[in-house]
Amino acid sequence: MVNVQPLPTSLLPSEERAHEADHPTSQVAIFGSDQPLKLDCGIDLSPFQIAYQTYGELNAERSNAILVLHALTGDQHVANTHPVTGKPGWWQTMVGPGRPLDTDRYFIICSNVIGGCMGSTGPASTNPATGKLWGLDFPVITIPDMVRAQAMLIDRLGIGTLFSVVGGSMGGMQALQWTSAYPERVFSAMPVACATRHSAQNIAFHELGRQAVMADPEWHHGRYFEQGGFPHRGLGVARMAAHITYLSDAALHRKFGRRMQDRDLPTFSFDADFQVESYLRYQGSSFVERFDANSYLYLTRAMDYFDVAADHQGVLAEAFRGIKTRFCVVSFTSDWLFPTTESRAIVHALNASGARVSFAEIETDRGHDAFLLDVPEYVEISRAFLESAATARGLRGASD
Amino acid sequence: MSVEQTTLPLAGQPAPAARSYRSDHLVVAEMVEPGSKVLDVGCGEGDLLQLLESRGIDGRGIELSREGVNRCVARGLAVVQGDADTDLVNYPDDAFDYVILSQTLQATRQPRVVLENLLRIGRRAIVSFPNFGFWKLRLQLLVGGQMPRTENLPATWYDTPNIHFCTIKDFVQLCDEIDVKMERAVALDLYGRPLRLNAPWWFWNMFGEQGVFLLTRGNKAG
Repeated sequence: MVNVQPLPTSLLPSEERAHEADHPTSQVAIFGSDQPLKLDCGIDLSPFQIAYQTYGELNAERSNAILVLHALTGDQHVANTHPVTGKPGWWQTMVGPGRPLDTDRYFIICSNVIGGCMGSTGPASTNPATGKLWGLDFPVITIPDMVRAQAMLIDRLGIGTLFSVVGGSMGGMQALQWTSAYPERVFSAMPVACATRHSAQNIAFHELGRQAVMADPEWHHGRYFEQGGFPHRGLGVARMAAHITYLSDAALHRKFGRRMQDRDLPTFSFDADFQVESYLRYQGSSFVERFDANSYLYLTRAMDYFDVAADHQGVLAEAFRGIKTRFCVVSFTSDWLFPTTESRAIVHALNASGARVSFAEIETDRGHDAFLLDVPEYVEISRAFLESAATARGLRGASD
Repeated sequence: MSVEQTTLPLAGQPAPAARSYRSDHLVVAEMVEPGSKVLDVGCGEGDLLQLLESRGIDGRGIELSREGVNRCVARGLAVVQGDADTDLVNYPDDAFDYVILSQTLQATRQPRVVLENLLRIGRRAIVSFPNFGFWKLRLQLLVGGQMPRTENLPATWYDTPNIHFCTIKDFVQLCDEIDVKMERAVALDLYGRPLRLNAPWWFWNMFGEQGVFLLTRGNKAG
């Protein structure tokens, strides 16, 4: 029989997963029954909590706050060591002292989205009504729901107007939603590598990922935690497929080519002969250690439903009519998940509504993932955009 | 080409110190009323936009080259990557007080359509272009028998981005044809200095190295 090497099983006990969801290693804002979160599906979510991190200090005028919005599998740990993986924050190239999102100058906030699994209420959290984990009893949430929850957090922090909202991919969608829903509360916005709606191809990839999770017998219709298991293989496959969409043909070729993994000849088996296979397997298996399978279903669904124009009779420009927010839209040449055409559509709509918008397409072969990486031109543009916005906002420099 | 700020002082508008602007940019900037909203089509690295913003004008730009756009954004300017030939249609009517096309008309595929779009998007348009009727160019073609090249137009015929050269006379004729009114016209000599105002058109067409025009919609267009 041909040798087969499936994805390894998860080593993380389910109690440990549940712990971070309910009792995160973060600051937590709890919203009681007097402050329900009104969801698009018609349900009032209450009580609920938001886990968040902050960096830097809020100035006396409360005018220097930047809300960083994380992507699908990101979380609030933007610039500190991750409590589960022990790895550095996911955006340390961009956030920190002297970085474009300068923690010596700005007050940086990043919260885990509603539906996430790192401490904000989601399917991995305990449902207070039953004392059990929510699982599929958790209502389906949308990008506007996430943003509504964030606005409640910003209220709680006593901030009227954010100096900026910044995010890539799903984070960029949230940035666009912020400007569309609360234009007067956002001085500037930087949506990166995103779109105002999820394309058919992207919905298709998400469906592939969800079906992979749900096809895993250990998923148990979303109640795996009660069975003591976890659909690690399904979620791992979902991550592997998604990860391919975050890269590019050129980047994969440059990084791996057809090179073999610790061998010179093919083994004539289904072992990971190629480096690219080994890399993908690693991506799949490391992801399941830190992410909840149900959460993955909910967050991909939220992205699928996103369509800013649909909330404005199909006219995208109406979503931004009369907006005063300064925008910097960024896309990457090799990003085929959120290609430049999508960013251009945002720019056209913003132009049509008279908004002040900059748009840069950055040349890189690193695909969609480039928004998380140290791409010098992208870092410089982010810095310059925020600096010019800070001048317009009357913010003092870090050294002043 | 670069002439110091002092060669063309602008009344009541102190410019930032230690900075020299291109003379044609200063002529253009002088045509724009303070407090206006301006779109600069083909804004290059944003020199004109920065000059306008320094005078309190709300400036936006479109630039074809990615390097140019990224330079502009890095300078804090509101510039988007785009093509004058294809992207102007996406702007609504009357979106700007002025739309500027500086040294770009001759590089567009459809100059007439572009010009019509400029005056649809903006209440006024400011267009500057190199005058192919300039005596030096005429002389090169007449005597040398080769496509003319100058300091300001150094490209050879096979690698020039300028595919629709015209003379000042040609441009005036096009404006007539599509019912565009000229509010002001300035011809600049080789050093970017305005030629004397009372000169006849043929003189400008011969001695103007470039033309700068402030345009509005004609009567028929409303």
